[in-house]
Amino acid sequence: MWEYTDKVREHFINPKNVGEIADANAVGEVGSLACGDALKLFLKVDENDRIVDAKFQTFGCASAIASSSALTEMIKGKTVDEALAVSNQDIAEFLGGLPKEKMHCSVMGKEALEAAVANLRGQPVAPHQEGEVVCECFGVTDETIRRAIAENNLSSVEEITDYTKAGGGCGKCLDKLADLLAEAKGQKKVLKPLEIVKPAGLTNLQRMKLVSKIIDEEISPSLQQDGGNIELVDVEGKRVLVQLRGACSSCKSSQLTLKQFVEKRLRDAVEPDLIVEEVR
Amino acid sequence: MAAVYMDNNATTKVDPAVLDEMLPYFSELYGNPSSMHTFGGQVGRKISEARERVAAAFGCTPGEVLFNACGTEGDNTAIRSALASQPEKRHLITTRVEHPAVLNVVKHLEKKGGYEATYLGVDVEGRLDLDELRDAIRPDTALVSVMFANNETGVVFPIQEVAEIAKERGVLVHTDAVQVLGKVPFDLKTLPVDFLAVSGHKVHAPKGVGALFVRKGTQFRPFMMGGHQEHGRRAGTENTTGIIGLGKACEIAMGNIGHENSVVRAMRDRLEKGLLAAVPDARVNGTTESRLPNTTNISFQYVEGEAILLMMDAFGICASSGSACTSGSLEPSHVLRALGVPFTYAHGSIRFSLSRFNTEADVDLVLNELPKIISRLREISPFKRTEGEAPACTC
Repeated sequence: MWEYTDKVREHFINPKNVGEIADANAVGEVGSLACGDALKLFLKVDENDRIVDAKFQTFGCASAIASSSALTEMIKGKTVDEALAVSNQDIAEFLGGLPKEKMHCSVMGKEALEAAVANLRGQPVAPHQEGEVVCECFGVTDETIRRAIAENNLSSVEEITDYTKAGGGCGKCLDKLADLLAEAKGQKKVLKPLEIVKPAGLTNLQRMKLVSKIIDEEISPSLQQDGGNIELVDVEGKRVLVQLRGACSSCKSSQLTLKQFVEKRLRDAVEPDLIVEEVR
Repeated sequence: MAAVYMDNNATTKVDPAVLDEMLPYFSELYGNPSSMHTFGGQVGRKISEARERVAAAFGCTPGEVLFNACGTEGDNTAIRSALASQPEKRHLITTRVEHPAVLNVVKHLEKKGGYEATYLGVDVEGRLDLDELRDAIRPDTALVSVMFANNETGVVFPIQEVAEIAKERGVLVHTDAVQVLGKVPFDLKTLPVDFLAVSGHKVHAPKGVGALFVRKGTQFRPFMMGGHQEHGRRAGTENTTGIIGLGKACEIAMGNIGHENSVVRAMRDRLEKGLLAAVPDARVNGTTESRLPNTTNISFQYVEGEAILLMMDAFGICASSGSACTSGSLEPSHVLRALGVPFTYAHGSIRFSLSRFNTEADVDLVLNELPKIISRLREISPFKRTEGEAPACTC
């Protein structure tokens, strides 16, 4: 059983502000039955942009219900802009904390609030719903993930799942989550060297195939991270002819890249006496 | 407030008679059964008695019983042994609804061991298709591992037919029988499986003890290596008290199969019928035709399982859920998904598993409180069926 704080338990067993507001002028809806949690938030906003009433309906676990209850308590009486300043961390802190695996419940509260405000202001869609869907299982977009990383200072893929649910289903998007995390942290993606099983005494065809594979799957992606690229032109015996592209083509250190990185890697992976030459 | 415990497929209360049998072996009779003196010998003899009791419950010989730590160890041992003894065979067959003790080791073997696995599906009622099994067997199939009964739905598989189909093709058979001991009669003299695993704590013995049946003549490769305990098939000083407890628990369980299938079954049925009658948009998961007598898995649409469990907990009612939020996973139970239970129901599933220690008063309490809990949670939920409308999409 989860270790919930007394305040989470209190807001779950006796949630505040449950129900609908018949004359609500803002309604925000996030989540779905399929995803396992959903929140519908109703706001009554007066002419001074002040939230005079807030109610909710939630389908979900104890954390989801408690987070919804907490959110409504926190935003009642605030102006819309003041309410928008409430973060998902604020919701979790109001409850005395949530298990890390349940932080997505607090994020759902924040998203519902933004959806309601978008609805109030006649905007068609809340910002977090924009972007490309990365997690098909839970319909989470890259924008939502980038935002969760930035706002919560997330540092691992597991944390992204805890806060957004992305990656919590089939797991096919885990690599993409790692890329988004690396991008957000300004880090290069760590490319693992390919594991190559070399046949003894390479034929010309085997040599060409191996060189091509290493360039396409390892060297080229690595150079692309710095805005450059490389293209294999030909393999003549032990001579590997390449062309540098993008930033690499005009780089002062391009010969160093060719010898110290490209040639060295091909010698390690294919044959120790290969020579890499640039053709222009 | 006394707890109403209906989570017996997770674990069971140790029977007082089992505890009585174990207690002297914690204190005055603490010898090592491997020791060559009287002090150890008397413990060794008690372990032999336990082995005979387990063998009697299984319908096998004592020499075919291997004591171990749990059902998971039994499952792992059987699967790994079957593969190691037939290195030329690289394929195994199991089902999509196995316990993680089987499913995860098979997935691991696929990923790291170079094996190929076929996962048999189940129909909407959780039943196996035996033709699918027949089609799946290949010349290089080393093992068929199919559970005897599912822990979540209680659906009992036709293990006799499964084993016969596999044996006709010369394939070894393992079954995870953790949920059936004491609930479904079986006799290994006529049930042609090669390996069968049980766990003590599911049958009113303590946690940390289990038993694996290995049919005489079946090639065996030990999982645990070290001393000569269990005839070199499972090294490590015996969990003496646990083994003694398991032996006693098996003896009691065999005498209680009738009670399980009459009194416990009747309580389960009253609970199930009562809930279905009191709560609209509820359904039973898994067939009701071939099912453990103590188990019912019911889904309540529009509400989420963890929320139900926590509200029941406030009344001292303990059950479990196939809901995602209970486990920290984000997707509902793999078993319910394999049955094709719609998400709208799967998230709100509750498993009640009774035992001989439950009473009619326990059932009354659940019938009295749970419909109110569901109704309360549905008031909070944005999803509900309005009068005259069909239930929400179940796709």
